[in-house]
Amino acid sequence: MSRSAPKGLPWPPERSAESSALLRTSKLVKVYRADGVTVEAVRGVDIEIAIGEFVAIMGPSGSGKSTLLHVLGGLEPATSGEIWLRGQRVDGLSTAGWAILRRRHVGFVFQFFNLLSSMTVADNVELPALLAGATPRQARRRREELLAELGIADKAGAAPARLSGGEQQRVALARALANEPSLLLADEPTGNLDSSNTRDVLRLLRRAHASGQAILMVTHDARVASLADRVINLFDGMVADDAKVVPLPRGLNGVRDVLELRG
Amino acid sequence: MRQPLLALLAKEPAHGYELKLALEQIFGQAYPSPNIGQIYVTLKRLEQDGLVRSQDVEQTTRPNKRVYELTPAGRDALSAWVDEPTDGPRIRDEFFIKLVLAPMAGLADRMALMNSQRRHYLSLMRRLTELQAETDPADTPARLLIEGAVLHLQADLDWLERCQEELV
Repeated sequence: MSRSAPKGLPWPPERSAESSALLRTSKLVKVYRADGVTVEAVRGVDIEIAIGEFVAIMGPSGSGKSTLLHVLGGLEPATSGEIWLRGQRVDGLSTAGWAILRRRHVGFVFQFFNLLSSMTVADNVELPALLAGATPRQARRRREELLAELGIADKAGAAPARLSGGEQQRVALARALANEPSLLLADEPTGNLDSSNTRDVLRLLRRAHASGQAILMVTHDARVASLADRVINLFDGMVADDAKVVPLPRGLNGVRDVLELRG
Repeated sequence: MRQPLLALLAKEPAHGYELKLALEQIFGQAYPSPNIGQIYVTLKRLEQDGLVRSQDVEQTTRPNKRVYELTPAGRDALSAWVDEPTDGPRIRDEFFIKLVLAPMAGLADRMALMNSQRRHYLSLMRRLTELQAETDPADTPARLLIEGAVLHLQADLDWLERCQEELV
């Protein structure tokens, strides 16, 4: 009986001890070396994301937030340490192995949308499902569902460049959610949007979260972060704080009370 | 409380309870519901200062109500208030003083102080976003009041980040 490693994944898959964690890292390190200069962007990060959890990553620029997200999504290789996704160790995957893993299990949303400009909105959203093995009919049905849910069904035939920033981000979100990934990684998804579009994208993320979608999001926007279950503060490539967002007691009188409570 | 009451009375004479309702209606739930006792006390003081005057109006089925109106001196005071530039809310320095001094006295670690302050701000922000979601979008003054609070809070968090970069 021969067992080869299918699709570049280790076989049999290594199992993590804690199976309730969707994502777990251990002593994760990312070092960039160029022209004799060494930058330690991520310096020993241990984090854990539960199934369905919404976690925000905050921190000053240069604290390693985006790098961490990129390493967790396999867009850049880790220098050392471990990444476990769905109970399987993934930090050693090849580029192709990561591509397959992302297709099925990890959705990505970026600050600048990164849509394919030569394709229509509909094709942008259908492509990941087709790559993952869906039939054209399944991909189309899923695309129709998502665009309707995001309120942009009428933009299906449009080129991304003809859409507003908020609409493009919705398309990017639809694309990221097309294969119902267990984990959505988002890098400043509202960083380039005005406040009304930010509200819309937030509403959609909240809805995705409510339906059980785990989200790990890098953001500077405290409105966005305050909606998360938990906020991780990254500083100098390390976790400086990792705490649940505790809702204030209800029954406050109004905004002035909130402002009075400040500081 | 003085100036809002003067401003409402500049529009038309009213009694205390009408003023309370008007404030609630204009500012919505974003503004703390004014205490009726506080409104009566303020009206009495405004009257003592000659800025408003009042008269009892008879009601057939209920006790008399006291209706207030603006005096010329009240109108002048209101104009002066409207014309003068207003100091905006400034950053509270109490936390900053804590942040600078407490570690010197060996009382606390700066990172821990900043972390607990950030957690507090994020909880406030969540409350504000909830309030925002509960507020009728057509209720413009309330919406803008909340948005102002959100922006201030965001600035506080950005400033906290700057403190983290320089002080830790």
